[in-house]
Amino acid sequence: MKVVIMGCGRVGASLAAMLDQEGHDVTVLDINADAFRRLPPEFKGKRQVGNGIDQDVLARIGVGEADAFVVVTQGDNRNVMAAQMAKHLFGVPRVVCRIYDPIREEIYHGLGLETISPTLVGARLLKEALEKEPLARRPAPAGSEG
Amino acid sequence: MYIIVVGGGKVGYYLAKELVEDGHEVLVIEKDGAKCERIADELGDIVLRGDGCEASTMEMAGYGRADMVIAVTGGDEDNLVTCQVAKVKFNVPRTVARINNPKNEEIFKRLGIDTTVSATAAILAQIEQELPTHPLIRLLTMKGSGLEIVEVKVPPNSTVVGKRIRDLLLPQQSLIALIIDEEGVPRVPSGDTVIQVGDRVVAVTRTETEDALRTVLVGPVAYGPISAPSP
Repeated sequence: MKVVIMGCGRVGASLAAMLDQEGHDVTVLDINADAFRRLPPEFKGKRQVGNGIDQDVLARIGVGEADAFVVVTQGDNRNVMAAQMAKHLFGVPRVVCRIYDPIREEIYHGLGLETISPTLVGARLLKEALEKEPLARRPAPAGSEG
Repeated sequence: MYIIVVGGGKVGYYLAKELVEDGHEVLVIEKDGAKCERIADELGDIVLRGDGCEASTMEMAGYGRADMVIAVTGGDEDNLVTCQVAKVKFNVPRTVARINNPKNEEIFKRLGIDTTVSATAAILAQIEQELPTHPLIRLLTMKGSGLEIVEVKVPPNSTVVGKRIRDLLLPQQSLIALIIDEEGVPRVPSGDTVIQVGDRVVAVTRTETEDALRTVLVGPVAYGPISAPSP
């Protein structure tokens, strides 16, 4: 499968490495070439520098032929715009978009984007970890009164 | 009208000023504190500090009763999301987005933004009109219809010189609407009108047949037009 990942931060680089390992044809796009240092040395995919909300850039790196497009830059709005371009201009069949803001995530999910809000997912996981054992007040230190 | 302007840079500032002078109720939303202060000093208490696509700011600004939201920040992605959220979550009847990359016009339209304004495209169009040697000038793009009005100056070596309009092989759906001769006299042409050297031909054409029309009137050229974005 040909996958384009926009944003080579920790998440983007980890995902790229996993998909590459599984034998997919991976292209990573970042506006800053320095970001590619996060990719493991054995990464066989393509590294492309460019601004992902510029449709000329998306065309140049082959989004028009991609089977999937994942967008995980730091900016919610940038992610939303690039995802919609991939979906509506380039007809990419699978587009997944990270949106930190849960409200925007809900709106764009409603508009038909496949969205993930790490804020909600993260909060839920932390809550589950906390509640693995019932939450209780810590015992009062010895010698203290009531 | 209640108009919310998102982005208090130079464009937002002057826009808000004009809108206030026209008697509208205006609110400017701006992230930067210094810019907010400047606007408040000059225009009064019409500025809210915050992120124009953050839901809490939007609630506070009263998007729900806004007649229009105009997003004029320097980031196309922020302007897009501001307008989309205003439309989807708050049912704002009219949204206007500034775009910096003229190529974004099409995707913004497709994503439901009512109006896009591109300074880059406006300047490009102006350059196009003022380049005297240019073989085809795009005067107006009729949004949504795929049609445009262009002007072509007939050069001395053109093969259409001395021909009647009815004998020209114009592309489909292209028509010559007006001819202005070298003296500047305008004429509504008929099929019998003969094209002269130096005539300025004003024609309606489809965006995709613009090149073909130019080829008919001036012959092929080695360079393409500086193109303003098409809808």
